[in-house]
Amino acid sequence: MAIFLTKDSKVLVQGMTGAEGSRHTARMIAAGTDIVAGVTPGKGGQSVDFGERRVPVFGGVAEAMAETGADVSVVFVPPRFARGAVEEAVDAGIPLCVVITEGVPVHDTLRVWARAQAAGTTRIIGPNCPGLISPGQASAGIIPADITSAGPIGLVSKSGTLTYQLMYELRDIGFSTAVGIGGDPVIGTTHIDALQAFQDDPGTDAIVMIGEIGGDAEERAAAYIEKHVTKPVVAYVAGFTAPEGKTMGHAGAIVSGSSGTAQAKKEALEKVGVRVGKTPSETARLMREVMGSR
Amino acid sequence: MDLYEHQAKELFARHGITVPPGRVAATAQEARLIATELKAPVVIKAQVKTGGRGKAGGVRLAPGPAAAENEARRILGMDIKGHTSHTVLVEKATGGFEEYYAAFLVDRANRTLLAMVSSEGGMDIEEVAATKPHALARIPIDALTGVDLDTARLLAASAGLPEDVHDAAAATLVRLWEVMVEEDALLVEVNPLACTSDRRVLALDGKVSLDDNASFRHDHAAFADGADDGGLEARARAKHLNYVKLEGQVGVIGNGAGLVMSTLDVVAYAGERFGGVRPANFLDIGGGASAQVMADGLEIILSDPDVRAVLVNVFGGITACDAVANGIVAALQTFGEEGPRCPIVVRLDGNNAELGHRILSDAGHPMVRVVTTMDGAAELVAELAAA
Repeated sequence: MAIFLTKDSKVLVQGMTGAEGSRHTARMIAAGTDIVAGVTPGKGGQSVDFGERRVPVFGGVAEAMAETGADVSVVFVPPRFARGAVEEAVDAGIPLCVVITEGVPVHDTLRVWARAQAAGTTRIIGPNCPGLISPGQASAGIIPADITSAGPIGLVSKSGTLTYQLMYELRDIGFSTAVGIGGDPVIGTTHIDALQAFQDDPGTDAIVMIGEIGGDAEERAAAYIEKHVTKPVVAYVAGFTAPEGKTMGHAGAIVSGSSGTAQAKKEALEKVGVRVGKTPSETARLMREVMGSR
Repeated sequence: MDLYEHQAKELFARHGITVPPGRVAATAQEARLIATELKAPVVIKAQVKTGGRGKAGGVRLAPGPAAAENEARRILGMDIKGHTSHTVLVEKATGGFEEYYAAFLVDRANRTLLAMVSSEGGMDIEEVAATKPHALARIPIDALTGVDLDTARLLAASAGLPEDVHDAAAATLVRLWEVMVEEDALLVEVNPLACTSDRRVLALDGKVSLDDNASFRHDHAAFADGADDGGLEARARAKHLNYVKLEGQVGVIGNGAGLVMSTLDVVAYAGERFGGVRPANFLDIGGGASAQVMADGLEIILSDPDVRAVLVNVFGGITACDAVANGIVAALQTFGEEGPRCPIVVRLDGNNAELGHRILSDAGHPMVRVVTTMDGAAELVAELAAA
């Protein structure tokens, strides 16, 4: 089993005809994903060949959904068009919209989020995220499929490369789903949303949670874990050495005053019984211990 | 991008918010000139992107031009919490006013916008929240409907502002909201928001943080700091590198913000065993890691005189490690026969890691050491930096 994305997911790609979109569409197909459509305004009626697979292009999301039964959208459009693209997906009522685009203005994300909340039909993951992968089933985004395997670990992370690192270190045990929720200040799906889904997923036995400085998502996740998660959780938090007031790569990764520090996040997680690794490798070791004792 | 007070007030004025007349000065003579033009007592304010200016002596009243020149001379060059005041704002002093507080900000946790208004301005708002919570209105703002005059009046009333100020305060709040939305700000804060005895409302201070991601639809480039803001970071920006200068000895290059942050931590842990060696910088070269980007990154890091060893930490996800290794080899060639001035430890993991290692060992560069694990690489680079 898996969360949010399975072998039955039918995926459309907004911005598939662009360079990034087509490169990653080919990779998603290679990972076993059922890519059913591309959407590019003004290019409806065309199609793109990916090896033996011919993917039709539609001018709009609603039309693509009606024609193909797509239930997942992956968004690769440039930042200035991201708000319009996601709003279109929300208005069409697609159940899952994964926004890979980096550099979306926060006010755009806030408006899209408010609209999605009002509609109540669409889960948004991202923006500025690597997407998600259920190894052996499907991939929606840019997470490399060949560094890991299918298995019982669920992973949720703010960081792309740290996700890859942990997936690779634990490739012999394998993953149900790995979700990259992104490093922006405002994001659609949170650690808590993924934790809840992993808790409910019979195919997930244990959870890796990766956080980083900025905001209080990890502290909130800790409070949620204490009340609602019975499966073992192992965590990692990046950014202990980050100075106050400097943005560390991700727009959301910033320590403001005394809030958002890695130390506070680690303490909040440990307080509710989550084991927190000091380094990615130690985090992988802790997960091995958890899996070995089961 | 955080703005200086004078830049924030420039934006306020553009949106019709009343601010005291005044200008920014870079020299004491200029400050005197502005005070002369204003023909009134002035306030001289240090322009630094941090709080606590008043306590540090960075805000002074000057009754006339001569005093303005003296105070400016004292404040220019002043260090306030590690920020140097290169300029001062000289503006007409406002007399006899009540102090309120107003702010709009992004509420990350609730994924919405938040208005905070208080009748208790002029002091630290966190203190107000702790000691007089009834005097602070915190109201979520719907990103789709925003703040109109009715909402603004409600804000003024909830914050306990005197009734005869509600209209003037509400008009100012609506304009501050316009700054928030139309300028793509992440924070707009006015403390104090002043109300004079004749019931005019004006912004005596201003703190604005703009969303860099929205720069494509704004003309905010004039607000960016010039080349005088610390050398290496400016040079890195010019090369489109995501670089943050830190105070250590180990240069760090990696791909992906999370992995680089993690690398800094692992280097600092390892450094504890080697006399407290620390990371010298954050540098994320992103997904591609081409030879050119690697060369640019190494060039910036090695021009930091504090750097005594470099760690390149790459996880090959989409980019395979052999491509990264070729990038490193090509980047090293740009240093010519002398080679880089200090040792470089390379750790590659993920796709084609073994092939990458072979490329580096075949190149046999005397300054390059290859380590297969992140922890081991951090250990070695800390040892080399401490040597």
